Amino acid sequence: MKSSDYISAPPGTGNPARREPWVVAFIAVLGLVVLPLMNGAVPEGSAFHLSTFQLGVFGKYLCYAVLALGVNLLWGQTGILSLGQCLFFALGGYALGMHLMLMIGKLGQYHADIPDFMVFLEFPKRYPSSGGLPPHWIPFRNPLFAMVAVVAVPAIVGAAFGWLAFRSRIKGVYFSILSQALTYAATLLFFRNDFTFGGNNGLTDFKTVLGYDVNLPSTKRALYIASAVLLLLVYGFCRWLTTTKFGLIQRAIRDSENRVLFSGYATAHFKLFVFVMAAVIAGLGGALYVPQVGIINPSDMGTDKSLEAVVWCAVGGRGSIVGPILGAIGVNALKSYATHSYAEQWPYFLGILFILVTVFLPDGLVGIPARIRSIASRLRPAAQPTEPTPPAAP
Amino acid sequence: MKPIPVKTIGAALLALFLGAARAADTVKVGVLHSLSGTMAISETSLKDVLLFTFDEINKAGGVKVGGKPYMIEPVVVDPASNWPLFAEKAEQLLVKDKVSVVFGCWTSVSRKSVLPVFERDNGLLFYPVQYEGEELSKNIFYTAEAVNQQAIPAVDYMLGEGKKKFYLLGSDYVYPRTTNKILKQYLKSKGIPDSDIEEIYTPFGHTDYQTIVASIKTFSGGGKACVISTLNGDTNVPFFKEFSNAGLTSENCPVVSFSISEDEFRGLPAKALAGHLGCWTYFMSIKSPENAKFVGDFQKWLLAPKVTGTDYTVAGVDPKGRVTCSPMNLSRMGVHLWKQAVEKADSFEVDKVRVALVGQKFKGPAGEVVMQENHHLVNTAFIGETLPTGQFKIIKTIKKVAGEPFSAKFLGAN
Repeated sequence: MKSSDYISAPPGTGNPARREPWVVAFIAVLGLVVLPLMNGAVPEGSAFHLSTFQLGVFGKYLCYAVLALGVNLLWGQTGILSLGQCLFFALGGYALGMHLMLMIGKLGQYHADIPDFMVFLEFPKRYPSSGGLPPHWIPFRNPLFAMVAVVAVPAIVGAAFGWLAFRSRIKGVYFSILSQALTYAATLLFFRNDFTFGGNNGLTDFKTVLGYDVNLPSTKRALYIASAVLLLLVYGFCRWLTTTKFGLIQRAIRDSENRVLFSGYATAHFKLFVFVMAAVIAGLGGALYVPQVGIINPSDMGTDKSLEAVVWCAVGGRGSIVGPILGAIGVNALKSYATHSYAEQWPYFLGILFILVTVFLPDGLVGIPARIRSIASRLRPAAQPTEPTPPAAP
Repeated sequence: MKPIPVKTIGAALLALFLGAARAADTVKVGVLHSLSGTMAISETSLKDVLLFTFDEINKAGGVKVGGKPYMIEPVVVDPASNWPLFAEKAEQLLVKDKVSVVFGCWTSVSRKSVLPVFERDNGLLFYPVQYEGEELSKNIFYTAEAVNQQAIPAVDYMLGEGKKKFYLLGSDYVYPRTTNKILKQYLKSKGIPDSDIEEIYTPFGHTDYQTIVASIKTFSGGGKACVISTLNGDTNVPFFKEFSNAGLTSENCPVVSFSISEDEFRGLPAKALAGHLGCWTYFMSIKSPENAKFVGDFQKWLLAPKVTGTDYTVAGVDPKGRVTCSPMNLSRMGVHLWKQAVEKADSFEVDKVRVALVGQKFKGPAGEVVMQENHHLVNTAFIGETLPTGQFKIIKTIKKVAGEPFSAKFLGAN
């Protein structure tokens, strides 16, 4: 028996595996080629023109989808519910944001060499030797260093936290609470102005990315394409991982960790590796998110944002690979639409949706076809006489 | 939790179907205030007062351009206290809805988030909440109090009362930091030595003020001290409780708060703050015919909220226990100034309106305001004493204070 025989589709789905490559290829072409062309090549005013604004919003959703894939890798594939994934998303964002801040140069409000917030917090007095720039900011002048930091910082923080947590066999709801505490503590830390990352306002008012004006439609298009490529790569990676022996152990840990442990596998190491991978994925998503939305601040690493990411996975269908992407894009698109068209009522709509999905679609949106099939099969023998319901006990 | 507004949802859906028919020409304006999330408690009031002002202007014949009246049609969005969403909604208003002007933002971080959007798409934003300054965008008009229209008059008043020691206490974010930095320089220029100025910050949501109040008690031993507070929102409750528990009063050590207005007292116990001071460019208790009309009309509008001349359905307005406050007054000032500028420029075009805005005057509830070349108002500053009812008794009026965003300029003048 090959190990791939164990690779089960998510519970409830039929066997769409054969169709999936075509669907993915179609969506990839649509997202990577058609949409950018509709923005760049189709003239404005045409019915097929896609505005730069809309493309930018799509780019943001794609970054959220990357984050959701990371959450799913942990929760859906390994059974670790982390409520702190936005910490890593924000750390990646901050790492690139620091570079973007330094690239503003003299274009800020104070026309100084250092970012504006360092001027009004009087950093030149605190760090006179570097003209006001804290020492840990200096290497971020180099874009390569910043890109390495985008991966390395979430990885290191993830490894340190994961090592301590998994080594102590912290599991289930206790791990969830700890991860939430971690991101909350980080939020409070980043809120502090003395922490040298811009406090509550965070990092904003970027001017250029790698020398290109962030406000140009072509730059926005490039960032969108980069996000789409990243999402495709992360999707491919997650998909590939499920076909490996590693993926098999992942799911075994999810379904019964003790059995895996007693079979002689050091589950803590596997979990740590997955946790670090998820942190890196989140960091990469965050790094592309920041130049597209133009701001990163501590509220982006808040517990509520991390919970939202978990909700996307649940809505889309955790356990499957497409589900979290569908959930992240779907929920955010709905939010974008509703906060504009139903500004006063939208929280009710979204709340009702979440309740309906958890009650009626435990497998999320990707579970809908299987759900319909099971309902249909139940309806067919419905011709048989049904037993009368017993009266309720007094 | 508020009950689900079934009626308003129904009405909204109905309006959606009937929306096609419409009589007069309209001009779209954006309302960019959080209606959900942490800031909703403050910003919803600004949304309400903006809709009220649109109604007020529409009832009086709308905005006249090219000899034709245009009804103001609001486009209300909810950026949900989420700063990146602020930028997205701002761009949507400018690019998709093509609004002529946007009224919005409360926190500095939300303004910082949308500033690049307004500059890129050449939009127009009116910002109505006291802030730290050190910013000037050609696309933003700040009807808000600058530091020299709120903090400096308050400190001047305290100096006049014979106070010699200043305890600067704030939440740790950019507004308190910048304000206190400016105040320290200002106090030094008035001959207050460094040793008589204390500067302390507490994180958001901080509740344990025992140590801080103890240090204030020691600091205020001689009776010559006061506290300048830029504490934000909920943290005021534990602070003032601890303050009065320690035997400190407005007699032996008054507190001037910059972030508490009448609207905040809807959620804070005013009794604990009674006797302490506030400083704004508007108080609900101002006695003027313009203010009586503003407060009266607004209260009436709340009972049957609508925007005359448009098919916009007003939803989510709570008429119970409503008050007016400075950010609300300044929101309304912004709409009137914009309307006058549009009529002067005879165009809705941002570049023309921007030019016409400078020099616009409006006689508001707190006296006449003038829009200056630096996009800030000449306004009247008031010092008020908090009453147990959550209102302020005006104890000092400082007329014609010209707002100046850059501290280097007004500090240099002293």
